[in-house]
Amino acid sequence: MTVAIINYGMGNLASVRKAFEDIGAEVQITSDPNAIRDANRIVLPGVGAFCEGMERLGDAGLLDILHEAVIKQRKPLLGICLGMQMLASQGFEGGRTNGLDFIPGTVQRLDALSCTLRIPHVGWNEVKYRCEDALFDGIPESSDFYFVHSYAFIPECNDHLIATTSYGCEIPVVIRNENVFGCQFHPEKSSKAGRQLLINFLRYIPTSLC
Amino acid sequence: MLKVRVIPTLLWKNFGLVKGIGFDSWRRVGPVLPAVKVYNSRDVDELILVDITACQEGHAPDHVSVSDFSEECAVPFTVGGGVTNLEQIVSLLHAGADKISINTAAYTDTTLIETAANRLGAQCVVASIDALRFDDGRYFCYSHSGKVDTGKDPVEWARELAGRGAGEILLTSIDRDGTMLGYDLELVERVAKVVDIPVIASGGAGCYQHMIDVVKKAGASAVAAASIFHFTEQTPACAKAAMQEAGIPVRKNFISPVNQ
Repeated sequence: MTVAIINYGMGNLASVRKAFEDIGAEVQITSDPNAIRDANRIVLPGVGAFCEGMERLGDAGLLDILHEAVIKQRKPLLGICLGMQMLASQGFEGGRTNGLDFIPGTVQRLDALSCTLRIPHVGWNEVKYRCEDALFDGIPESSDFYFVHSYAFIPECNDHLIATTSYGCEIPVVIRNENVFGCQFHPEKSSKAGRQLLINFLRYIPTSLC
Repeated sequence: MLKVRVIPTLLWKNFGLVKGIGFDSWRRVGPVLPAVKVYNSRDVDELILVDITACQEGHAPDHVSVSDFSEECAVPFTVGGGVTNLEQIVSLLHAGADKISINTAAYTDTTLIETAANRLGAQCVVASIDALRFDDGRYFCYSHSGKVDTGKDPVEWARELAGRGAGEILLTSIDRDGTMLGYDLELVERVAKVVDIPVIASGGAGCYQHMIDVVKKAGASAVAAASIFHFTEQTPACAKAAMQEAGIPVRKNFISPVNQ
């Protein structure tokens, strides 16, 4: 199983790489279209602001290949934190910016969702499932995951919302549109529950490829 | 709801881990990497690693070693000791640290915490305060690994650090450190009352009840501890079980399914 971790210069990728290596994946940290085309799984990580993230993806020439791999080839993709947020149609961090638009929705600051608690939302918080999903196989309901974020993904369609957490308001934290997954928390920093989620992502087989 | 964390503290001196009493009388407790691996495999909430020689010897934590340690750490990893400028903070974050703890430099460079919080986000800036209680009940902050009296009151200093943009306060009682007599509840309570950022209580944990007390009575958001884990049979997982029984929200430890 090969995993292409998209490198666009945002954040430290070592812990994501290590997490996938630990569960037996062959990992490449890459911005090379061929490596992305050949990989079995794509991971879009990232820490930072939406607008800068999209700009860097564009500058690295990654928009077309991501579209090709995810929409045409239907490769499973997991977006983590900022990588999840950039799956949206539009973000508002650093000015209104178009996202990858793999899952219709917008990314807004937590206080715009009427969250009254301190921002950023940092720490271990319980994840509540809205529906069953392969991503949660073997992970008990209400397991804790590690969060660091000030913005959240608001999916347009409720069917794309897989899990939430409570932090002064309900925050969407796992979203999915067929082969495209996103999690707001950091599975690579969420110890054993995070490890199981990454195992589940590798095990997931898109139905169209069955 | 965010969970109250139990955080083992690792004090790194030269090539290994040590633990002392009152910031002195260091005992060697083993090498760093295996300790990081063991805590990681035991599913701890977070780890703090402080290079206690870096500040005294005037060098930054060795980011090459930090990179080796962080590779083994699948939980949030805080690194401190000898951090004096933004470049060092960036290089430690690149080495895989999630948060950087700043102590002495906060006194000497009044802009560092603010600059770091603005550039890198408050979530990665931990302001560390080492406080000593005097016989008359007053407290003073010490810099340089507990060597230099700064004359500052920890309550006022915590307020100022929070105002500069620190994401958390790591509050250590120098006189309780290593004694296992319990956290300084008065110190923690006073500080936790005046800041709205999380306060990590440190120094003095000797049993699980101490951790329960500092959370329930003094308002700590997290408990850091070293001696209790180095020198007794007590573990972070059992600490959390005891805290949960006492009604404190803690992160549940994950039981791996057998089919892995």
